[in-house]
Amino acid sequence: MPDAVMTKTNAAQGAGSAMLEVRDLHGFYGESHVLHGVSLDVRQGEVVTLLGRNGAGKTSTMRAIMGIMGKRTGSIRFQGQQLIGMAQHKIPRLGIGYVPEERGIFSSLSVDENLTLPPVVKPGGMTVPQIYELFPNLQGRGSTQGTRLSGGEQQMLAIGRILRTGANLILLDEPTEGLAPVIIEQIGVAVRALKARGFTIVLVEQNFRFAATIADRHYVMEEGHVVDMIPNDQLAQNMDKLHTYLGV
Amino acid sequence: MFDVLGVPPQVLFGQLLLGLINGSFYALLSLGLAVIFGMLNVINFAHGALYMIGAFVAWLLLNKLGLGYWWALGLSPLVVAVVGVLLEKTMLSRLYKLDHLYGLLLTFGLALIFEGAFRHFYGVSGQPYPIPDLLKGGQNLGFMFLPNYRGWVVVASLIVCFGTWFAIERTRLGAYLRAATENPVLVQAFGINVPVMITATYGFGVALAGLAGVLAAPIYQVSPLMGTNLIIVVFAVVVIGGMGSILGAIVTGLGLGLLEGLTKVFYPEASNIVVFVVMAIVLLIKPAGLFGRER
Repeated sequence: MPDAVMTKTNAAQGAGSAMLEVRDLHGFYGESHVLHGVSLDVRQGEVVTLLGRNGAGKTSTMRAIMGIMGKRTGSIRFQGQQLIGMAQHKIPRLGIGYVPEERGIFSSLSVDENLTLPPVVKPGGMTVPQIYELFPNLQGRGSTQGTRLSGGEQQMLAIGRILRTGANLILLDEPTEGLAPVIIEQIGVAVRALKARGFTIVLVEQNFRFAATIADRHYVMEEGHVVDMIPNDQLAQNMDKLHTYLGV
Repeated sequence: MFDVLGVPPQVLFGQLLLGLINGSFYALLSLGLAVIFGMLNVINFAHGALYMIGAFVAWLLLNKLGLGYWWALGLSPLVVAVVGVLLEKTMLSRLYKLDHLYGLLLTFGLALIFEGAFRHFYGVSGQPYPIPDLLKGGQNLGFMFLPNYRGWVVVASLIVCFGTWFAIERTRLGAYLRAATENPVLVQAFGINVPVMITATYGFGVALAGLAGVLAAPIYQVSPLMGTNLIIVVFAVVVIGGMGSILGAIVTGLGLGLLEGLTKVFYPEASNIVVFVVMAIVLLIKPAGLFGRER
């Protein structure tokens, strides 16, 4: 069924086959204007990163897509459906999974309860054994309090619980933040496995080297809007430019 | 029979039973407050008034419609829940973005209005409510006489309290509630309609107060002030147990009821303040309450 919707959208747009299409998105937290006309496309099956310095609007873009923002204007279309103006709890039900930067593991819930908390929104989600296969560290930890897991395990749990829901677009906000290299490697393996399974992923990343091993395209954000788009295979030629953008 | 520290067992157990009854009401009421505080972050000052309304609905059902105790036990909490849902939808929900103090002030004002209205129509003298036929009489336990109705109140309250505890701590619906208490924004971002959950939680919390009101009607008289008399102690119970802690509310409610009973036997002069003395001590030693988590 989602495919049928896709086809219709594709026809409307001609060649571009964007699963997620953001146009001139402005976002506000109260009085403060944080997004200034973000435009980007994510095609089905792609892994796209949002790069940029702190405060460039990467996390805000994700929150705006999920509707966690006071006021939004512009357009966010997911499989042809307009998300602006939609009730907040209906957005994830279209098949968008959100893994927040702070991971959001609930301390009053066990690992099992955390894993099964997000309701299944579409058929075709991964089963719990499949999730354990992807993240073996979580196996056998079911009755542990969620926040007693290590940072890396909490990140795996935060990703794992979204995979159960059948969401086909996943917004991953800085999955490697504060993790040891060996754990980052594991997360990378998992994200690549998800891509191979056909998940579409939007990734906010500060760890540029990590992003380069996974992504198809990179959007660069500055001061609340997208300033550049670099396909991963043209990364080498654009290194200097990118260093300037990111200030590294 | 042996005397315990110079007190005849009949007196001791009689006061302990009285303490247990009071404790049952403390537990039911503070449980509702804890559930509401956890989810809404509102200190529901209208709780005592809604408990009073629960008792009055039972009394009105009997005297206006001829519907007896068992009907009231089901209908009264339902009526109070509906009142609660309306209050939450029309008023409380507008205050969540403001300081918690506004919720407290609103519910305090509502309590005054409800109590004032009932006083206007029914005066301050209590209305008697008969014990249902099925629970009249009592059992001689040898060491004391147990009136059937009082035994029923303790059992019913324990069942409701632990049923609620189980539903919140051990079921899937309870997991949603606990998660939404911790991080409502994220739970909403998983596709759960949190505002509806909040309304339902408030409705459920005040329904517990309504139920306590029905249970109390045959024991205490049905009076517009019955809530005010009780609610201050119940707030102390919630503070001692730890704001928002379910188990804390239940255990502390029953425990303090018993402690009050014991104080009445051994040092009656202190029985009205013992709860507050305990509160002061607990706050000094463990500011988050006995079962509360430091934030």
